[in-house]
Amino acid sequence: MKIAIPVEDKDIKSNICSSFGRAPYFLIYDSVNRNNTFLTNNFSRATGGAGIKAAQTVIDSKAEVLLAISCGENAAYVLQTAGINIYKADHTCAKDNINAFIDGKLELLKEIHAGFHRRGGY
Amino acid sequence: MKQLLILSGKGGTGKTTIASAFIKIAAVKVYADCDVDAPNLHLITAQRSQPTKTDYYGLPKAQIDPRLCIKCDCCRKYCRFNAVMVADYYKIDAFACEGCGVCALVCPVKAVSLKPAVAGELMLYTDDDKVFSTAQLKMGSGTSGMLVSEVKKQMKKAAVATDLAIIDGSPGIGCPVIASLSGVDMVLIVTEPSISGISDMERIVATAAKFGIKTAICINKYDTNPVNAKKIEQYANDHKLAFVGMIPFDAAAVAAVNSGQTIVDIDCPSGAAVRSVYDQTIKILFHQNKK
Amino acid sequence: MPGFIAAAVTNMKIAVLSGKGGTGKTLVSVNLAAAVTPSVYIDCDVEEPNGHLFFKPRIHREETVTVKMPSVDNALCDGCRRCIDFCQFNALAYIKDRLIIFEELCHSCGGCALLCPWKALSEKDKAIGKMQKGKSKAVDVITGILNPGEISGIPIINRLLAECVNYHQRPIFIDCPPGSACIVMESIKDADYCILVAEPTVFGVHNLNMVYELVRLFNKPFGVVLNKCLKGDNPAARFCQKKDIKILGRIPYDNELGKLNSDAEIAVYKNKKYLAIFLSLWEQLPKEMHCEATSDSKR
Repeated sequence: MKIAIPVEDKDIKSNICSSFGRAPYFLIYDSVNRNNTFLTNNFSRATGGAGIKAAQTVIDSKAEVLLAISCGENAAYVLQTAGINIYKADHTCAKDNINAFIDGKLELLKEIHAGFHRRGGY
Repeated sequence: MKQLLILSGKGGTGKTTIASAFIKIAAVKVYADCDVDAPNLHLITAQRSQPTKTDYYGLPKAQIDPRLCIKCDCCRKYCRFNAVMVADYYKIDAFACEGCGVCALVCPVKAVSLKPAVAGELMLYTDDDKVFSTAQLKMGSGTSGMLVSEVKKQMKKAAVATDLAIIDGSPGIGCPVIASLSGVDMVLIVTEPSISGISDMERIVATAAKFGIKTAICINKYDTNPVNAKKIEQYANDHKLAFVGMIPFDAAAVAAVNSGQTIVDIDCPSGAAVRSVYDQTIKILFHQNKK
Repeated sequence: MPGFIAAAVTNMKIAVLSGKGGTGKTLVSVNLAAAVTPSVYIDCDVEEPNGHLFFKPRIHREETVTVKMPSVDNALCDGCRRCIDFCQFNALAYIKDRLIIFEELCHSCGGCALLCPWKALSEKDKAIGKMQKGKSKAVDVITGILNPGEISGIPIINRLLAECVNYHQRPIFIDCPPGSACIVMESIKDADYCILVAEPTVFGVHNLNMVYELVRLFNKPFGVVLNKCLKGDNPAARFCQKKDIKILGRIPYDNELGKLNSDAEIAVYKNKKYLAIFLSLWEQLPKEMHCEATSDSKR
């Protein structure tokens, strides 16, 4: 399956980004082929709707799950409509989070925040 | 690092005067001014060095190339924001333009394009191992919420290891306030005992409640209307919000601020009162658990 | 009521603004409107309208203000995504063969409906706020209210200012939002004269400078009212002197005035000394504003 995770750098060992919508890159990890694809987030500096665009990118990549520290309500709505579950990441390193997910150690993300409504996150 | 945000709802209640006093009392090393429309905090905090400045780009704005324009009037007809001006040639009013791109879409000769537009300027002061983040929104710009977020982001990125950061928030209840609220540990609402002040305080409390942030209320210039001051205290109790104190109107405060000092730099009634408000606020911020 | 001037003026629009909230815009605009009757008071501070708290008008008309929102017929939608690629505000997403519209991000530009090759997008009205028209003694009170969470109050301000053509032979006082953002520009664009209200503090000067730049950019005639004046140094007065700006008047910091204001009372109704202050302010406005013959605004 394909696992999506927002990251700070184009490296599976880099840190997971604390924001989903404004992450600089998305890592799409294919657990079958064990290969990594890095997508640049072209909307990280959008004044609004960054979460929506990020969610669209994840859906279009055919990922089936998202690992994230936080997620806004618009992005969550888009992902849930597409049938993608969001799991709460609990490590700093992207690779560790992916391994934890594969081992069944991560829980579903429960706290969806109100989103920043065009205010740019942070 | 705990972030304390100071908000007021209504402008002119004394938010910045109190924020600067808190910064002085606690010798805070990290602070920010999120009132990007009308930043005032730097006028009291006496920065010595020049700040690092960064251009802030908001939404792009349309531009018409007069060499290509055939004056067909399509752009003006379709613009919903009255942003196309017609004089000797067709021109975009950058203040009215919202950057939607419809004019570029309908132009039959591709004379209109969207170009990046500077909407403000971020400033970061880092003298004496302190970090002060602020910004100025350019006149007529609309995207102040995003700039507020950039101010906070800049502050966090530059922040030195410290316990407490103080953020002087934006007035109002709109998007800059919501941007100020995200990610903070506590909000102190400074209110004044007027009908409009109370009305705005209620709106701000409702906004902060959506984020589930620890909220406290204090009254500034309480003696200008003791009856209303009592109402505010009652409101805080009824809504189970911490009431952290009252500060009297003080002409000495105005004189202090005008000479670039905080109210705790001189010996005055408001200075004494604000110290008590500070103590009560900090107790809640560091020692009380979230509701 | 004794002491009120029957203003022999045409529809003169006077915008009252300040760089920051709390300086006294509402105090000045409300009391001028109450002193110089018959008059019109328009509250353009649609996020936090306060004037009606003072006037307590008898409301005789309320009108919803709407903007256009896109609406999709998924049966016609082909999933080509041209609307999504076009939208500068990221208000559209395409999930599981359905177009999703995020109304709170939409700026109502109409672009998506325009370019859809399948005509799957149409527009529907969405309420963003309202205009209330009422009367309080001899003042017509027009209030704009923006619903919390809405993006822009500009469509409401446009609706409010469109009412100006209904009034003749009376001054119209426009209470503007604080600051100098686009919503303030919209409020002053039709004004014949601007009153800038400033506080006598270093903050006050900084904020005054912002609106000073704004009215000069728009080429508006203007003057300054210094509010909450205390004894001693007045940095705002020095600023005006340095820049050769006309000071229309000084309102002293006064406990009684402060208390009346905080109780949402109109000072000129309560005490003759305040009536005198505001009438004298009115007298300072350029003479041609007072007795211009009726003619349509040039704009």
